[in-house]
Amino acid sequence: MAKKSVPYSDAPINASLSSDEKIELLRTMVRIRRFEQAALKAYNENNIGGFLHLYIGQESVAVGGISLLGENDHVITAYRDHGHALAVGMGMNECMAELYGKKTGCSKGKGGSMHYFAPDKNYWGGHGIVAGQTPLGAGIAFALKYRNLTGCCLCYLGDGAINQGSYHEALNLASLWELPVVYIIENNGYSMGTSQVRSSAHPEGGLAARADAYEIAWDKFDGVSLYEIRAKVQTAIDRAHKESKPSVLEILTYRYKGHSVADANAEKYRSKEEIQRYMTEHDPIENWKATLIGEGVLTEENYKVIQREAAAEADASAEFARKSPFPDESEIFDDVYWEVDNRTASGTTGRHFFHG
Amino acid sequence: MPREITYREALKEALDEELAHDENVVIIGEEVAEYNGAYKVTEGLWKKWGSKRLIDAPISEAGFIGIGIGASMLGVRPVMELMFYSFAYVAFDQMMNNAAAVRYMSGGLIHCPIVVRGPANGGTNVGATHSHTPENIFANMPGLKVVSPSHPIDAKGLLKSAIRDNDPVYFMESTVLYGTKGLVPANEELEGGELLIPLGKADVKREGTDISLIAHGRAVLTCLAAAEILESQHQISAEVVDLRSIRPLDEETIMASVRKTHRAIYVEENKPFCGIGAQISSMIMEQAFDDLDAPVLRIASADAPAIYSPPLEKMQLPVPEEVVARALTLF
Repeated sequence: MAKKSVPYSDAPINASLSSDEKIELLRTMVRIRRFEQAALKAYNENNIGGFLHLYIGQESVAVGGISLLGENDHVITAYRDHGHALAVGMGMNECMAELYGKKTGCSKGKGGSMHYFAPDKNYWGGHGIVAGQTPLGAGIAFALKYRNLTGCCLCYLGDGAINQGSYHEALNLASLWELPVVYIIENNGYSMGTSQVRSSAHPEGGLAARADAYEIAWDKFDGVSLYEIRAKVQTAIDRAHKESKPSVLEILTYRYKGHSVADANAEKYRSKEEIQRYMTEHDPIENWKATLIGEGVLTEENYKVIQREAAAEADASAEFARKSPFPDESEIFDDVYWEVDNRTASGTTGRHFFHG
Repeated sequence: MPREITYREALKEALDEELAHDENVVIIGEEVAEYNGAYKVTEGLWKKWGSKRLIDAPISEAGFIGIGIGASMLGVRPVMELMFYSFAYVAFDQMMNNAAAVRYMSGGLIHCPIVVRGPANGGTNVGATHSHTPENIFANMPGLKVVSPSHPIDAKGLLKSAIRDNDPVYFMESTVLYGTKGLVPANEELEGGELLIPLGKADVKREGTDISLIAHGRAVLTCLAAAEILESQHQISAEVVDLRSIRPLDEETIMASVRKTHRAIYVEENKPFCGIGAQISSMIMEQAFDDLDAPVLRIASADAPAIYSPPLEKMQLPVPEEVVARALTLF
């Protein structure tokens, strides 16, 4: 029987994937979803404070892009940051413990859900203010270029971020200074409860088409398929690596949950039918699973094992977080100033803190 | 022999020396390179160091300050120039959230060795939008350091230390001071061969026994002039304490002076409400109450937006005569 052709599977970056690598991409997406389901459960049990912005439904966008990165390639994103964190290789334990506000969290309980970081994995957060990370992403690209490193920065943002001034300033500078940054707009259709139609004026081509104004190459495509995401993000990465030029990519995706778990209107500004339609027709995990089964790389049995293992890992991370200690009160004043933490001459000269 | 150079030249020497000291130091700002600096602080540096080390930015503070902060996370040491510190307000999110808090929110995994420098003063008839003095606003945020030099020697020594510091330092200068002169030692006469003044160390600019005039930035010069009048016309010996660094703060030098003189006035060109003087006078009250013979006074700029009208703007800022008059009420 002739092999069913899946679009973009023939792109060189995809054709070179081994079966194991394909399974790992699936595993990462499943782990992200299971992690977030466990986080939602913990939130509903009042183990987590503040906001919880879930990524469920969008997993392919983080996993597809990040799977392409090499030694000098970096990632930065906004507050919906759990998926990117697991995709760069952060562990569920440290991520879940951060949600619980525990000392064993990736930011020692000081950042919370919106502020995950792992600079050792080239992951620079996790930023709470909409579009606030977009100049930082250009700055990371600036540093790579300044230090003569061939790399890039994938700077993720939501569709709601494109109306902030800092994004436009970053685009202008990225183009002007030829910075190797790839802006990836994760277009889930809603900036909190306001639909794209009600929030963004844009050219016919889409949100990314605004990049024309800055002479930046752009593309817009659907985000259900890992093959398509990988093929098209790779084009932008190549542009960054070879030409030191920025790109803007708009990837169409959908979040099943509300803007945050505290979003009381998650099923009011959009219909249940719409959510259901995306879940059945546009689920990136189901899509990739079907692709791999079609290729004979995956069996239903293997898939069940992956799901079971990811669920068990997520449950174990919640247990790890639950058992971990909260930070000690004395740690409130750690990690404010580098010089103080390192007890340098600068850090021990003059008064740095003014409480009490 | 110490040379007499301007505050502007002192800053330029600091920048030039730090460009030589560390290849990761890069100067970015509006008109800093080819234009030679809006206030000529960077004059000649682009010609000497080239376009990799001195970069002209478009008028886009949120963008280029944010880029500097991002680059600093990866080990570049950007020295950003704000043509006016008033323009910090369009880069506020970057300066207040990203530079100040990323270390904390990452549990200490990241730090931002960035300097943002520029003039933060009124008194030049440019109206309210260009006359902001945000030292109190930024000093309010843990994670930031705020420096405000009054003399050329401080400008040079503090800027060099700020650039070598591994935390974000917001360095506030004064266009009124750029042309003022002062003695600055040449490197060859210094132990270690260079001028480094640590952040967090105040300087007693004039010793006295009867009252402490404590100040930062250009107000230090106002206090020195007031001290002259107090001595020559009123036989009052005033000590002038220059904070130099607002955060970190040298409270020991402040308290030692107050314990000696038993009277204190804080003088600043900042606004009075929650200004630096409010912080310092509160600390003096808490730590040296029994040493005081009179209430601690505060003198700041008039509590209105900076007025344009030149003769009236002069009346908005503290002048030596006002300091003298208020000082005399304490005796």
